[in-house]
Amino acid sequence: MDFQIALLLGQDGLTNGAIYALLALALVLVFAVTRVIFIPQGEFVAYGALTLAMLQAGKLPATLWMIAALGAAIVVIDGAIAIRHGAARRLPRIVLSNLGVPLALLLIVPNINAAGLPLIAQIALTLAVVVPLGPMIYRLAYQPIAEAPVLILLIVSVAVHVVLIGLGLLFFGAEGTRTPAFTDGTLDLGVTMLQYQTLWILAISAVLIVALYAFFGRTLYGKALRATALNRTGARLMGISTTMAGKLSFTLAAMIGTFSGILISPITTLYYDSGFLIGLKGFVGAIIGGLASYPVAAAGALLVGFLESYSSFYASAYKEVIVFTLIIPVLLWRSLTSHHSEEEE
Amino acid sequence: MQFNLEETLMKQKKLIAALLLALPATAALADITVGVTVSATGPAASLGIPEKNTIALVPTTIAGQKVKVVVLDDASDTTTAVKNAKKFVSEDKVDVIVGSTITPASLAMIDVAAESETPMVSMAASRAIVDPVDAKRRWVFKTPQNDAQMSTAITEHMSNNNVKTVAYIGFSDAYGEGWANEFAGVAKARKIDIVANERFNRADTSVTGQVLKIMAAKPDAVLIGGAGTPAALPQKALKEKGYKGVIYQTHGVANNDFLRVCGKDCEGTFLPAGPVLVADQLPADNPVKKSAQEYVAKYEGAHGKGSVSTFGAHAWDAFKLLEAAVPVALKKGQPGTKEFRAALRDALENVKNLPAAHGVFNMTPTDHLGFDQRARVMVKIEGGNWKLVK
Repeated sequence: MDFQIALLLGQDGLTNGAIYALLALALVLVFAVTRVIFIPQGEFVAYGALTLAMLQAGKLPATLWMIAALGAAIVVIDGAIAIRHGAARRLPRIVLSNLGVPLALLLIVPNINAAGLPLIAQIALTLAVVVPLGPMIYRLAYQPIAEAPVLILLIVSVAVHVVLIGLGLLFFGAEGTRTPAFTDGTLDLGVTMLQYQTLWILAISAVLIVALYAFFGRTLYGKALRATALNRTGARLMGISTTMAGKLSFTLAAMIGTFSGILISPITTLYYDSGFLIGLKGFVGAIIGGLASYPVAAAGALLVGFLESYSSFYASAYKEVIVFTLIIPVLLWRSLTSHHSEEEE
Repeated sequence: MQFNLEETLMKQKKLIAALLLALPATAALADITVGVTVSATGPAASLGIPEKNTIALVPTTIAGQKVKVVVLDDASDTTTAVKNAKKFVSEDKVDVIVGSTITPASLAMIDVAAESETPMVSMAASRAIVDPVDAKRRWVFKTPQNDAQMSTAITEHMSNNNVKTVAYIGFSDAYGEGWANEFAGVAKARKIDIVANERFNRADTSVTGQVLKIMAAKPDAVLIGGAGTPAALPQKALKEKGYKGVIYQTHGVANNDFLRVCGKDCEGTFLPAGPVLVADQLPADNPVKKSAQEYVAKYEGAHGKGSVSTFGAHAWDAFKLLEAAVPVALKKGQPGTKEFRAALRDALENVKNLPAAHGVFNMTPTDHLGFDQRARVMVKIEGGNWKLVK
């Protein structure tokens, strides 16, 4: 292996690692705030990329009907609860907050030529369509059992994952799609060629990570999330709604996932079920960070990216084996070094 | 009062149950029942969906007998496929099983077919499904070409075009391994060197490592052993890194989604395929032309222009076989009986000179596929379309 090959592999590993890092951060965030191991995280990658592709193909994204249906389901449940508590005046607000966005999009999207819009508007539309799935899934699947043990939350996650995969096949079909690059072409650095899309991925990942850092450090909502992660009961006593915290963390996770999908769909073909494996690699990164530390999780995800890239050169048939075997020494090391406290269950 | 009411309810229930039992029983006696299991969901969905669509287009009567088709999805899963086959045999009392889409599932279903003495027509590619024809495989037939037939077409084309060194990159699953082995065998016979042998996953987002290794070996040509749109990934990476040699794909990519995803990076690619892919370009004296065009017209009539794929044609061919065999078998027994199933098996084994969408069937007791050279053509991708290589 000469220097140039090493460089190209490193570049490839860094690109993939950046995406895994974003997903690892989202997984740590969701787990810290809600104790949910969010297996469907990867599905947002596929949903984001495929929704964008559908918009660009001039079709009405089927995900739009999904948020409308989920919104309607929430309206029925929340409305019934409100009426039972004699608070029917809350109904307009419930309808507006859950069905407002889906209905507005259903009115707008079919009447504009989405395929002809500039890319940035298409991306904004995609985010508007897919991100609401995050808090809606939280409301329907996790909020009713928010206090359940981690294992039950994990089982629900598996169920949500299977449902989303099945719906993905129904919505997008079995075949994959690619979307055009943000900026076409490559940058010649003399020793190596860089695709502009690679630069976009690295830059946007860095911006997102810094933005998350600022969000948690500087804003009231960010601090509320951190407080909930640290001590749920304590946070509640301080007047922080754990439901709000849960919905907010799912919104962020959905946003990160969707954006990751939009970022990588120009450099690889994505399928309705591609997200799972990508999310799983982010999960390996998150495990390296003990599902608690953001910087270690991001570093771990980058390590996964590099390991994958170099092992694909040396032993391509065993690439996944090598990547996922990484988890064993990591778990061993963590169980030996970390102080172990038994959880309540 | 209460007691009487319950008694009446019980009587009604019994009556309904008896009626329910009687209904399918009368229906099954008169009709030919075909159990179809396809992988309409899961990893093989892009193959299974056109097959499922095709099943909806097959004739509803054969030789004046009504055909009842039961279609189940096996989700590309071996266990589910076996469960479906068992259900066909025990509940639906089928006369013939068609399926499954993929090799592992089809291999596992052989036992069910043999045990219940039900003929089975698989739509999966591997030779192991029908070869060797032993006590169990007596009952099993298949419609897709063997990988060996396709790989000889490739090596023939390679040596005609002075290709001496080839790099192989394929799926890290049964498909990629199967092709690696088949190709290694026939390449040796033609003195073609395999200078790199790499694997990638269907769900991979990058193949940079493998492609760099292939480029370092400087092969005259690269063969990509993948199916469907995922096979576009190595090709795009090769072009991006500036590979100038010839690229070969396998017949697993022969659908229009592949052209859509691969775009201009696939210009000039060669692949072997069933003649149905280029039905309109076949010379008029080709015996497959008419039967292939018939399928294309039927499928595109229902699903729109350009929607046809070679995978659905395997399902079509399975029913072509049945259309030829059922009239013969009907002379020996009534549908729904053991005699009919045995007669149907014998009739399938004796299908001769039957033109279908993918080739001409000539079954023998040792060859339960029955295809020859007419079942494959070399195709080149030109201007975003499939072009027959003359």
